[in-house]
This record gives sequence, C-alpha cells and structure tokens, in this order.
Amino acid sequence: MAVDLARTAARAPKLRTRVHAVARRAPIPIGRRLLTAAVLSWFALMVLVPTCALLRAAFSGGTAPFFAAVASADARRAFGLTLGLAGVSTVINTVFGVAAAMVLVRHRFWGRGLVDGLVDLPFAVSPVIAGLMLVVLYGPTSWLGGRLDGLGLRVVYNWPGMILVNLFVTLPFVVREVVPVLREFGVDQEEVARTLGAGRWTTFWRVTLPSIRWGLAYGVTLTIARSLGEFGALLVVSGNVLGRTQTTTLYIHEQIESFSPNSSYAASVVLAGASFVLLIGMETLRKHLSIHEHPEN
Amino acid sequence: MTMDRRIAWWDEKRFRLDGPERAVSGPSWWAGSERRTGVDEVGIVVRDLAKRYGDFRAVDGVSFEVPSGQLVALLGPSGSGKSTILRIIAGLEVADTGEVELTGEDATNMPVQRRGVGFVFQHYALFRHMNVRQNVAFGLEVQKLPKNEIKTRVEELLELVQMRGLAERYPSQLSGGQRQRVALARALAPRPKVLLLDEPFGALDSKVRDELRTWLRRLHDEVHVTSLFVTHDQQEAFEVADQIVVLNKGKVEQMGRPQDLYERPITPFVTEFLGTVNVLKVETVLGMNVPDEAPLPLEVPGGADSSIYVRPHDLEISRHRDQRPSWVARVRRMTHLGALVRLELTLFDGTDLLVQLPSDRARELALEQGEDVHVMPKDVKVFHGEHTFVENYVI
Repeated sequence: MAVDLARTAARAPKLRTRVHAVARRAPIPIGRRLLTAAVLSWFALMVLVPTCALLRAAFSGGTAPFFAAVASADARRAFGLTLGLAGVSTVINTVFGVAAAMVLVRHRFWGRGLVDGLVDLPFAVSPVIAGLMLVVLYGPTSWLGGRLDGLGLRVVYNWPGMILVNLFVTLPFVVREVVPVLREFGVDQEEVARTLGAGRWTTFWRVTLPSIRWGLAYGVTLTIARSLGEFGALLVVSGNVLGRTQTTTLYIHEQIESFSPNSSYAASVVLAGASFVLLIGMETLRKHLSIHEHPEN
Repeated sequence: MTMDRRIAWWDEKRFRLDGPERAVSGPSWWAGSERRTGVDEVGIVVRDLAKRYGDFRAVDGVSFEVPSGQLVALLGPSGSGKSTILRIIAGLEVADTGEVELTGEDATNMPVQRRGVGFVFQHYALFRHMNVRQNVAFGLEVQKLPKNEIKTRVEELLELVQMRGLAERYPSQLSGGQRQRVALARALAPRPKVLLLDEPFGALDSKVRDELRTWLRRLHDEVHVTSLFVTHDQQEAFEVADQIVVLNKGKVEQMGRPQDLYERPITPFVTEFLGTVNVLKVETVLGMNVPDEAPLPLEVPGGADSSIYVRPHDLEISRHRDQRPSWVARVRRMTHLGALVRLELTLFDGTDLLVQLPSDRARELALEQGEDVHVMPKDVKVFHGEHTFVENYVI
C-alpha cells in the first residue's frame, strides 16, 4: 500500500504542485481539512502504529538482546539465504521481464492476449497454491521429480524449488512496470539510433534501456521487496530445513512457533528495515535523476 | 495525338528530375560528404517500389531520382505513401518489391545502420535521457570515432544549428523549434550520404514553422547534402524544395520544379493539389459568349468526360464586353485579403466561380455585391477523364 501511494505521487508531481498553489491562495475548506485528517489518521492507524508496536517489542529489552538475536548463527544464515534468493530471482526476472515486455508491446502474434493475461496469474493465485503446483510437478513422488532425483537434482525441499517458486511469485512485477513505459517510449528513438549507425544491441543498451530505466527500477524494487517478504510459497516448497532452506520469513515464523518471540521480532525489524530502505532509496534516486526526462507536454 | 504528347511528358518529365545546377561543394568542414556524394550525379534512386499493408497498396510502383546535392520534396495528401517511401529509403521499412540506390550503391537489402542516412522525425525523437551535446554526439560515438574528432565535430554542428549556448540542456527544456534543430544536427553529424526528413515542421506552430523553413533552405544552400523531405503542405514544398515529387494513392503523379508543376500540371490531381482551382464542366465553357471575330480556341475531346481547370488568378473581370470570349457572372461575395480581393461569382448556369484580383484592380472596378460583370479566362487547362492531360490554352 505504501508503495502504491508513493508511486501515485511520483507520477503526478504537477498535480501536487497545483493543489499547493490553490491552497495558498484560498482558505482551505473545512471538508478538505476533514478529508486530509481522515486520510492521515487512517494511514497512521494502518501503518505507523503497527510499525511502532513491532519496534517497541523488538527493543523492549534494550539494544543488546536485539543485536544478539540478529547475530545468531541461524538468523544470519536465514538472512543470507533470503538475500541470495532475492538476488537470483531479481536478476532472472529482470532479464525475462524486459524481454517479455518487449515482446508484448512490440510483437503481434497469435495468443498475445492470452500471454498478456497469464503474466498476471501469479498476482491472482495464492502463493501457497503456487508452491503446491511445484510440489506436485517436482515432488519426489511425481514423474518429473523422480527422474530429476535420479539425476541427483532435488528440486523440491531444496534451493532450486525455492528459486522457481520465487520466480513464479515475482514474475509480473518487472513486466507490468516496463510495458507501459515501453509503450509510451515508442520506436522513434530506436529508429533514429539505427539510422545513426547503431546496431540493435547498441541501440538497446544506449537508447532503450536508459529510457525505460525508471519503470524497470520500480519493477526491480517491487521484485526485491516481494522476494524478501515471500512466505507462503516458500513454506510449501522449502520444507523449512533449519540453516539450509530456511529464509528469514520462515525463520521468523519458526521462532514464534517455538516460543522465542524476541528472535522473530529482531529478524522482522531487519527485514522490514531492508524493504523500507529500498523504497526510500528508489524515491530519492528518482527525484534526483528523472528531472530532465519528462517534457511538460 | 494527345496520347503522344502525354507519353513525351511521361518520359522526359515525369520520372526524371533535373540535374544539379550548382557545384556540389560546401564549407570546408563538410569535406567528408563530398568524398561520398560528389562522385555521383544521383543521390537517391528509387525503382519500382511497392509496399502493401494487407489489401492496401501504400506504395504502388514508385520510381524517381534525387540528383546529388538537391533538396527534393515528396508532396502528397495523407495516405499517399510518402512517409512509407521515406522509411523504405532509410531501411526502416522493407519494400515488397523494387530497389533503392544511395549514391550509386545498391541499398535495397542493406541494414539501416550501414546505409548512412540521416533521418529527422516529425516529433524530433531526441534521446530524452541525453542532453543536446550527447544527442548530437551519439552517431559519432557509435561509429567509434576518436574522442577529439567527435568533440570538434559536435561543436561545429552546434554552431551550425545555433544551439551552442544550450548544449547542456535536455530535450524537455527546449522549444519545438530548438528540438528540431538539434534533431537536424544529430542527423547531420555522421556526414550522411542523404538526409531524410519526415514532415519535419509538422509539429510546430506556424510562425516557428516559417522561420525554420527559411532556415532549413539556407542551411541546405550551405551544406548541400542530398535531401528528401516529406510534406503534405504544398506551400512548404514550394518554399523549400528545388524539385517536387507529387504523390497520390501510392503513385507518382508528376515531378519537376515547383514553377513547372504549378504552370504545367499533367493531371487533375496535381492541378487541384497545388493550389485553388475552378473546375468547370464542358457545357459551361461551350456556353460562353463568343464574338464572331474570335472563336473559342478550345477543342474539347471526349465531351462530357472532360473537365476544364482555371485558377482564380487566371480570370479577368471587366465591366464591359470586349473581343475575348467571356461569361456574364453575378458577384455574390467579396472578401478583402490584403493585397488581393477574392470574389465569389455565379455563372449563368449556376456554376460557382472563384476569382482573385489584385486589390487596386478591384478598387478600379468598384464592384458591388449583386451586380453583373464579364469574366474572361486567360489560362485554361483541359483534362480528359482522370488522367489525360489534353491541352493548356492561353487565351
């Protein structure tokens, strides 16, 4: 939700300025004040209060227990696994997402509408079901899983399955963010680049990619954020093997189950903090770099 | 007899543009292009080009040549295939059949990036994430020229398009005219063999458009790069181009110098497209008042199939009948347009007639709305059917 708010604001900077200008000239009507107050209260109630509650719980015993919990071997391993998983998924989905967006925007082929709709499927399907799909397909008792097991490649309850399910869950983000940007970008600039002597590859790296980079960056951020927070799908696929397939979210879950809430609070704060920093970083970068790129008309 | 005349036109005029009048040479810094274009007489050759989109023939057997160093306009209404032809020449579109030659070299199957064409889009297509200098440098950088060479060349071009002071700006910080000048500099930077411009002034408001036209013409006189530009605006084509290729429904109607096209159009389409014209029926012309001593010099073959074209300024108005063939017409409306007065007349058979008079002549006549006057055509073009040019009568 916070992400959506930030993005809406980012895409309508002019609108925001206009509202300010109007507000300065005339006294603010009471209705508008009430609405603003209501929105802010709602936001506080839904986002700020729970965040504060978590922070308070995490630091209830001071900073020392917090850092001890964060530095424990299991927690560190969980953090590492989450980071690695997010990294691999993000790289693969970025490459695939850009390619898919290019195909969806530029190519006309039979079944394009179907593919366009299917891209959103991971949004619609519960992550638990996504995990289950993989277990059914690659599980040790399944035909494919059995074959792969014979080759020494265990997919489910192992990292390949976790990567696969994470890829599935985060697949739409880059595609969905890049498609509109690419559509708006058109082909003129690429065609000009070609006439100026640039090959397809040079054109992509020097013209297309820089032009879609903000859409792409948003998609990547959302992909990372989602990867960091994914739980349901991983719970089904990973088998939750301590120190081997236990990601941070699974670790948090397990610590609550095993009555050591302090460890889970600490890990939660770290995870939430990482997502928060990610979003702030994106916002700052965007404000600094995108000033020149959007003509007024 | 009329057929022969038409074929003669066809051969000599229709598919050939006149060769360059002036030597192909530019300022010293332009030297690079001479090496490429100076050798050949012909900059662009297009032969039997055809392109279909489904059932629609966008380009239907188009052939023409652009002499080296000239600025030629592809003029036609929207949907006449002019932009498609330009894109085929650039290699951005592939023709179904036909050939393209650039400075004597077959370019039909050459990839875009090796053709050496400069392309200017209607909406500029500047790289938004690069500033003016980076935009201009792009073509030189992808061709991996030495850094210092790029630097000097970019400076030269910024100077040429008068954008030196704004070199660090981004496209979003420039006006439409400035953007188009940057686009032009960017296209010229790698010393293209030919320059292709697709409705280059189409997105600008009229004042800037006028300025930029004049400026482009002057720039071309300096640079002499073989240029082909697409426009739907006959005024623009007349003002800027050395020669014009008129297109209609994917076919070449006529080509030649602006003045020749205007004075000697060979199809009704060209006559109508290049300026306002009165289209009259044969009966209207035959119903003129003809004095015995000066019979009507018109022979109209095909009878009702023929139509007669008269430009508004080729009609003379008088209060008295003289020895020339004339109509009696009623003045319905008079509009003062500065140096000219536009008269809307109605002839005896109800035909509307548009006449343009110099203001002083109109003042002399002291015309009033609703009064009857004599109208005498000076220059009349007769066409039979949709294509055949029959005769140009000067009365």
